[in-house]
Amino acid sequence: MKEIVVVSGKGGTGKTSLTASFAVLGGTDVIVADCDVDAADMHLLLEPDFAREEAFFSGELAVIDQGQCSGCGRCAEVCRFDAIRVDEGIYTVDDLGCEGCGYCARVCPDAAITNIEQNVGSFYRSTIRTGSSMVHARLKIGADNSGKLVAKVKKAARQLAEQQAKEIVLVDGSPGIGCPVVSSLSGASLAVLVTEPTVSGIHDLKRVYQLVKKFGIRAGCIINKADLNPSVREDLRAFLEHEKIIPLMEIPYDEAFTAAITAGKTIVEWDASLRTRIEGCWSTITALVTEH
Amino acid sequence: MKVAIASGKGGTGKTTLATNLASYLSRTAPVALVDMDVEEPNSALFLSGNAHHQETKSKQIPQWHAKNCTLCGNCQEVCNFNAVLVMAKRVMVFPELCHSCYVCSELCPTQSLPMTQKPMGELTHLKADNLDFVESRLLIGEEQAAPLIKQTHDYVDANFLPEMIKILDSPPGTACPMIEATKDADLVVLVTEPTPFGLHDLKLAVETVRHLGKTFGVVINRDGIGDDAVARYCEDENIKLIARIPNSRRIAEIYARGGLLIDEVPAVKDAVALVATTIQDHLKGGTR
Repeated sequence: MKEIVVVSGKGGTGKTSLTASFAVLGGTDVIVADCDVDAADMHLLLEPDFAREEAFFSGELAVIDQGQCSGCGRCAEVCRFDAIRVDEGIYTVDDLGCEGCGYCARVCPDAAITNIEQNVGSFYRSTIRTGSSMVHARLKIGADNSGKLVAKVKKAARQLAEQQAKEIVLVDGSPGIGCPVVSSLSGASLAVLVTEPTVSGIHDLKRVYQLVKKFGIRAGCIINKADLNPSVREDLRAFLEHEKIIPLMEIPYDEAFTAAITAGKTIVEWDASLRTRIEGCWSTITALVTEH
Repeated sequence: MKVAIASGKGGTGKTTLATNLASYLSRTAPVALVDMDVEEPNSALFLSGNAHHQETKSKQIPQWHAKNCTLCGNCQEVCNFNAVLVMAKRVMVFPELCHSCYVCSELCPTQSLPMTQKPMGELTHLKADNLDFVESRLLIGEEQAAPLIKQTHDYVDANFLPEMIKILDSPPGTACPMIEATKDADLVVLVTEPTPFGLHDLKLAVETVRHLGKTFGVVINRDGIGDDAVARYCEDENIKLIARIPNSRRIAEIYARGGLLIDEVPAVKDAVALVATTIQDHLKGGTR
């Protein structure tokens, strides 16, 4: 089984539009995983049925039993996250600040603090309108375990691929280079980097590529909005060549992308000439991951 | 006063608004622009200034000292993040899992796990006329953005007067980095685009800032594409629609080369002026 992970560093380069297009082109041959768990959008295009929901528990939250608390303040002293509030001698926990380290509960002389496991989101195994399966998730706001949820989503997608004897898992990653991205990239067969010829596009591509390189993952790159700035595009091409990143496709700046999304369609279902181009790119990608 | 520029979805124009707004405000009063998107900081690409200060930001990680350790196992027992592992003859620490809570270190009966500094990012402070620019940049491979964002807030609080306007360019999403960047803000400006993706992620961002109890408003970027669902949503939810930045290929081209839009596109200058007015009204204790 091969895992294709789409990342970009910078947000808004067209990751989700392209991943959803690949999901349509791949049809029942690919299992889809939306790993952009704190701003997941792929379900808006692929219409999953949310058939099987599973709660995601991760991390703990300290809770103070006011009946037991003597107000000594030891919890506030040891908390490194300023998550214990005190108001007229009443100690409470700020749920968004608490990291769930459990230090306060361990030192509380009144045994007034317990840690409860937090339900920080849900993930779903769905059937999508391509007839294939998709695993996707919804993280509750402010939750700090997005990396772990990404790992869950990926694991569930791999299991589905195994059960259904599918060769390819297609993963939509999140922007940035932090824990959800690290988690998305782990175990990838190919990283597809989606960028644009803007000063921020190339800057962010270089940072996320350093991470990809650190993991020793083979990489290909799509330059979206390619005609926006010829000079930055040349810099991008030179960077790809220098780093031996496989150039996969260049797409011009095209408002058809937005028009397609607004109609709830993927770009390959919307624009025939873009479809031809993206089909070519998808066959290159599938050839790359299945050639060994 | 801290004004956070945030969004759920990435690439909606946070940096565009933050840099143009800071530049606009600096023409009449001193202002600070702080890039809190430590994973992918971009504001510096649109500004210039003279180097003022640079420092390495570190997180605290326990380091095992063998000498007095009895391998009692308490450290592993107390760590909620599986970051400490007690083996047959040694203790192993996994820095990427550590949340720097100090519990293993301070509850170690033989003081064998003193906390030591591990670099996680670089903070840079530039100055140009009326504009102070502060950026933090997470080291590649570091997974946790929130601790670096917190230290960046600390630097800002220590170096600028409370009444000075600080524009915070925040990370995308609604998870812990976004919360850490916006939770101290007096006002949050959510930038979105009028598409189903923009609307979906805006709703998540609104839910988040409401949970934080923030005063906030919305700016629609790339106005003219997509549909009017974002504007209708704002109206239904009684959310202030502060300004609209028009969609145009020319704006995208100016952005692509790292240019400031307020100098070249009057419609963007007008939109930025509306955001500036909202900030000033808020400062005077005015409209919500």
